[in-house]
Amino acid sequence: MSNGEHDNKERNEKKDAAPQSEPAQADESCAVEITEVKVETATEAPPDQPAAKAEEPELVRAAYEHPLPIRITHWVNAISLFVMVTSGLRIFRAFPSFGPKIPEKVLLDIPKSLTLGGWLGGALQWHFTFMWFFIASGVVYVAYQVFSGHFRTMLFTPRDIPGVWPMARHYFLFGPKPPATGQYNPLQKLAYTSTIGFGALSLLTGIVLFKPAQFSWLAFLFGGFHLTRLWHFAAMCGFLAFIPGHLIMVVLHGWANFFSMLSGWKREPEYQE
Amino acid sequence: MITRLEEKELKRQSRRQLLKLAPVAVLGVFAVPKMSDRLVAAGVRFSDWASGVMFRSQHPAQTYSNAEVVPFAKFPYNGYDVLDPEVDLEKWTLTVEGDVQHPGEYTLAQVQALPKINQNTRHICVEGWDVIGSFGGARISDFLKLVGANTNANFLEVECADDYYESIDMASVLHPQSLLCYEMYGQPLDRKHGAPLRLQMPTKLGYKQAKYLDTIRVTNVLKPGKTGYWEDQGYSWFGGL
Repeated sequence: MSNGEHDNKERNEKKDAAPQSEPAQADESCAVEITEVKVETATEAPPDQPAAKAEEPELVRAAYEHPLPIRITHWVNAISLFVMVTSGLRIFRAFPSFGPKIPEKVLLDIPKSLTLGGWLGGALQWHFTFMWFFIASGVVYVAYQVFSGHFRTMLFTPRDIPGVWPMARHYFLFGPKPPATGQYNPLQKLAYTSTIGFGALSLLTGIVLFKPAQFSWLAFLFGGFHLTRLWHFAAMCGFLAFIPGHLIMVVLHGWANFFSMLSGWKREPEYQE
Repeated sequence: MITRLEEKELKRQSRRQLLKLAPVAVLGVFAVPKMSDRLVAAGVRFSDWASGVMFRSQHPAQTYSNAEVVPFAKFPYNGYDVLDPEVDLEKWTLTVEGDVQHPGEYTLAQVQALPKINQNTRHICVEGWDVIGSFGGARISDFLKLVGANTNANFLEVECADDYYESIDMASVLHPQSLLCYEMYGQPLDRKHGAPLRLQMPTKLGYKQAKYLDTIRVTNVLKPGKTGYWEDQGYSWFGGL
């Protein structure tokens, strides 16, 4: 068990216990002090204990799902990704092909309305500005996940493989809903873990496209400059495949779920523990 | 990790946590067009600064075998205006100005008398296409030595017969693969590719590689709004690869 997860558990238990011990307590730091002792009794006390019940107003089940660094990086990343995709499409319009310049075969004509920057130079300015926000949010996010141990809630591991199909069957074929085991189901873990892969791919290929002469070894790893440009585009397609599904799920799961990415707190989560 | 807490407490906690997210809203200033123009210009300046830091003055750009070079017919002609500004090749001289010991007019023969470099390198356009081409010419650094240039100066400015203009950081100018190019594919530079003399720098994007050179100037200061034809309209000034 990582320290991070342990801390998290402890902190949540403190929060759990705080209002029970001192309902009128306003000062959080003070409440934490008191609950230090109360943790065991709060969770293990028989439910029909008369004293506790008498002063106990109705409690809401909630979970502090998204620590501040996750929420900040999520939104900075969301904004950056929007800018990177729309400006990137404008850049692609300048040479919408992965082949030679002569003869140039237009692969797809991207409508101007979907793009940002107005012209190639403007789009490059947006791209060269928000790439730094994109990188910063990605690096901070991954570093936080790793060092806090929080990644265990979302990292897709081989253990999650058997759960993918039942979940996909539920979502796409109206199959029975598998029981919720943790904060995220296996399909969610797969989706979220994939986006880290898309982010890493877009970063590494982006470095090559930005500085191919300085990072020629990296260009070589991706199969040369041409293919790197294709991989950079493919990474964007990965994000574009993720985003609609992600947004549909957010809408389907309602306000409490959406609000949790703003406030960190999820009211009445569907999973136990 | 499920917690049970009072409604009031949950709301208080949620509000507190929501407020902590407020700094992210600062990114909203990018939505104001007047602000965003300035901010993205600053973003490009930052990227240019980072590019200068990443640039390794002696690290060669990759070179290619003759088999990998695209045929001459598939090397695009690219210009911002006219492809042939009708330079009088007989009377042409290169004007050298600025922080140099021997300013004046230099002939093509003087450039060609310097050690000749042949290189097959990748020419990359800001639009996203690229071609591997074959180039021949003299190192800019050798020419700067010939004219007694102060290579501690910051920039090399160039002016062209088609009124195109450019400026380049001295570190990139002195790179061993940066050429005053007078040959492509073993033939004298043709008019549409910039005869009689152009810049050829495999560590720079295509728009930095000015054609039909007319004047070069060694300088420590660039005139604002006059740093390069495309740069003045918003392209990255460093334009390095």
